[in-house]
Amino acid sequence: MIVAESKPIKELLEMVKDFKKILVVGCKGCVTVCNVGGAKEVGILASSLRIHGRKEGRDVVVGEHTLERQCDPEYIDELEEIVGDYDAVISIACGVGPQFLSERYPEKKVFPGVNTKFMGGAVEHGVWAERCAGCGTCAIHLFGGLCPIARCSKSLLNGPCGGSSHGKCEISKDVDCIWDMIVNKMTEQGRLSELLEFRPPKSWTTARDGGPRKMIREELVK
Amino acid sequence: MDDFKPQIVAFCCSNCASSAAKVSHGMKKALPDNIKLIQVPCTGRIETLHLLKPFEEGADGVYVAGCQEDSCQYISGITKAAKRVKQVKDILEGLGIEPERIDVFQMSAGKGQEFVEVANRMVDTVKGLGPVPTA
Amino acid sequence: MSELKAGSNLEKVLRAGHFAFTGECGPPQGANVEHLIEKGNHLKGVVDAVNVTDNQTAVVRMSSWAASLILLEHGIEPNFQMVCRDRNRLAIQSDILGAYSMGLRNMLCLSGDHQSFGNHPESKNVYDIDSMQLIHTVKTMRDEGKFLNGSDVDVAPKFFIGAASNPFAEPFDFRVYRLAKKIDAGADFVQTQCIYNMDKFREFMKRAVDMGLHEKCYILAGVTPMKSVGMALYMSKQVPGMDVPESLIKRLRGAGKGKVAEEGIKFALEQIEEFKEMEGVAGVHLMAIEWEHKVPEIAERAGVLPRPVV
Ligand code: SF4
Ligand code: SF4
Repeated sequence: MIVAESKPIKELLEMVKDFKKILVVGCKGCVTVCNVGGAKEVGILASSLRIHGRKEGRDVVVGEHTLERQCDPEYIDELEEIVGDYDAVISIACGVGPQFLSERYPEKKVFPGVNTKFMGGAVEHGVWAERCAGCGTCAIHLFGGLCPIARCSKSLLNGPCGGSSHGKCEISKDVDCIWDMIVNKMTEQGRLSELLEFRPPKSWTTARDGGPRKMIREELVK
Repeated sequence: MDDFKPQIVAFCCSNCASSAAKVSHGMKKALPDNIKLIQVPCTGRIETLHLLKPFEEGADGVYVAGCQEDSCQYISGITKAAKRVKQVKDILEGLGIEPERIDVFQMSAGKGQEFVEVANRMVDTVKGLGPVPTA
Repeated sequence: MSELKAGSNLEKVLRAGHFAFTGECGPPQGANVEHLIEKGNHLKGVVDAVNVTDNQTAVVRMSSWAASLILLEHGIEPNFQMVCRDRNRLAIQSDILGAYSMGLRNMLCLSGDHQSFGNHPESKNVYDIDSMQLIHTVKTMRDEGKFLNGSDVDVAPKFFIGAASNPFAEPFDFRVYRLAKKIDAGADFVQTQCIYNMDKFREFMKRAVDMGLHEKCYILAGVTPMKSVGMALYMSKQVPGMDVPESLIKRLRGAGKGKVAEEGIKFALEQIEEFKEMEGVAGVHLMAIEWEHKVPEIAERAGVLPRPVV
């Protein structure tokens, strides 16, 4: 899933300080699963904005709505009826959501309510970790099913570097050295010789470095 | 500020805190009447939004009274509640409101005395802070 | 004797079978050319080549190629370092050409410390290619006259290619294989991380020799004399991939007030003595960090002077 975190409430208050009618829009996709952008969080943010409005003596009207997904135009249409009543929209979906909203409702001021962080998953309750950097040409089978592009701090394809220590990355004791894991796993699987092969420079053309990406599936295009 | 009567909402676990409330009642140790008691089956079930809502509606303080960690029937109810209280403290702080306006207390079933003490303590704290400003 | 690969002094010294002795010099955090020359002059004639670090520990300094050229102008042979953190493959290849064109002949290929260590942690990290691929790039440009995209290089840059090896990083068992991989990729010489744990290094070298790596590549053992107990503690606790045994810290502590630095030098000298005899070790790389003025004394006491003229 796409993992995000709530923006600090102070930052959001500053963003919408000039608006009195604010619509908070959530998403039932990834951000619901990682507890930052679902109906619950819409409620919390909306309530916070109201409490603040009350404290400041400002008559703030805060609407709440949670869409099935914000990354699909068909669900965004649902806002058509209500969005007109508001001056500002805070989307607490991943970075895709507020962009789809501002494209669909060009006259509205749309604000991002979360910081979108990475593609990853829950490693334990309340803890998420990055797994994929969307490089566009997956090759994790060469590395014991572990991704050095997303998970090595230097994206080394011929690791580990000289900073790997006690299974941790040189940048922090809180970060696992993925290359330590790759070497151990490949050794356990009796595939060490594969790691001795030189991996040539990667083509980043399929990654973001190649420019903004698009995917077209002819058989689905209407 | 002496005549300020803070509006306080208390969420109480029906297993321990509320039974403590009953006992305290029996002991004729009345709870201050500006405290609105909301009984919940387990404090672990209180959502963040439940804790925020009273502020939206004009409360000056909120607290959760639950069991001791080791006596919670639902294992980690009070621990969960404490984390949510912490979350709301952070939100309040971000909103420029004193985080001391929300708190969590743990008590044993049947300790009526303790229950009243906690209520009074909360009233005092919030009195000290004054009402949530409404500019 | 086959043709020299680059013809640098370092290459010639090693090729002639001498025990090599290299030093290190960090460029200034500014344009303080004088200070750089002063540091370089301490090393002049005392070492065979001077490593010039490239934004070491991710702290911005004068560019390594520029500092290398300044040293070269003053009669000191540089070992130009390049890290993969700050440049993509375009900049890397053009810098290789530029550095060679200006007369640099040794080049050490590194991944580089992550920028989060340094003084611009906000920066973007490049890592378009890694150190292994950098070694291979320099070799391909030199031996095949090809850029990474396969097109021809108009006059190939001839570098004596260096790589780093850290026998003390983990996983230990893989380290010697990684060294082998670097040699296959094109490393002509290797300088190791600072060695303090001699037992571990002996084991590492034994494995390297068993694999015949010392016959394919010159291995220079890294030595950094400890200046103080504080430095030893810092190295052992704060520097990832550094292995400082408790016994050494104890020994430094035992030296008593005012004598710790001398004890550190003594330990380094004992190491150098052992390296001279150790199978597979072709020389020593002395990294006397901000202690350049001590290098002549250490070299003298280590009995590596005068340096051979080849
Ligand atoms: S190799 Fe690329 S696509 Fe595969 S997990 Fe890593 S970043 Fe994602
Ligand atoms: S320590 Fe491991 S994860 Fe960190 S940069 Fe080095 S190889 Fe990559």
